[in-house]
Amino acid sequence: MALDQSFVGRTYPPTDPYEVGREKIREFAEAVGDSNPAYTDPEAAKALGHPDVVAPPTFVFSITFKAAGQVVQDPQLGLDYSRVVHGDQKFAYVRPVRAGDRLTVTSTIEAIRSMAGNDILDIRGEVHDEAGEHVVTAWTKLVARATEEA
Amino acid sequence: MTAKIAYGDVEVGTELPAQTFPVTRATLVQYAGASGDFNPIHWNEKFAKEVGLPDVIAHGMFTMAEAIRVVTDWVGDPAAVAEYGVRFTKPVVVPNDDQGATIEVSAKVAAKLDDNTVRVDLTATSAGQKVLGMSRAVVRLA
Repeated sequence: MALDQSFVGRTYPPTDPYEVGREKIREFAEAVGDSNPAYTDPEAAKALGHPDVVAPPTFVFSITFKAAGQVVQDPQLGLDYSRVVHGDQKFAYVRPVRAGDRLTVTSTIEAIRSMAGNDILDIRGEVHDEAGEHVVTAWTKLVARATEEA
Repeated sequence: MTAKIAYGDVEVGTELPAQTFPVTRATLVQYAGASGDFNPIHWNEKFAKEVGLPDVIAHGMFTMAEAIRVVTDWVGDPAAVAEYGVRFTKPVVVPNDDQGATIEVSAKVAAKLDDNTVRVDLTATSAGQKVLGMSRAVVRLA
């Protein structure tokens, strides 16, 4: 069943702050096999002009996707999460995420479409630091595949 | 922000050094832990097949993370990436053997933009199939 269009534009309350740790960044960089020293060596990061180690570009998805859980699990919206696949992902960075950041995410439903029985949901996550400065915006497109019997 | 590459040194069509990234079941378990995405389609063959997949598949976000390494390795400073977006077109199927799968990534400068930025278009394939579509980054150069 098509999702309720009246949810377009709905913004959810900001998440509690997520504190970015140096070791979490290291763990992520190792998991993707990326040995760029800017991710693990504070001196190397400083040589590039950063106050501390920075996170790889896609690191913030772990935080924004968890925040998007508010939307996808909203019982009023009624998305069938068991049928959801990740369609598109985009980021626009004001600055890199770095160790010591305390980040909050505010999720907004940007669009809801229905195509061939599939529900397509665009969620925008605005990520801010503790000072209220904008760090990155993440756009996530989720596709809930149509049920066969529909 | 300290990019190694100067805006004046690149032209539309400039190719970035291509790279091949290996991915095995162990890689996916490690990525699941680091990212917090424990969806069993990324580590449980029985579950993956039950939901209609050919086998365990890599996290789309893992593939996205690998692809941008072609850009961050080229430019030096990861903060040079101002925008990055992809479409997940095909899954990277990861068999349970010593070889696993590989993700091949190439990239080239597609447009020179304002403020010393360029648009880089990425191509990511695995087993001969394009796994990312509309894969583009805007990168700020020196």
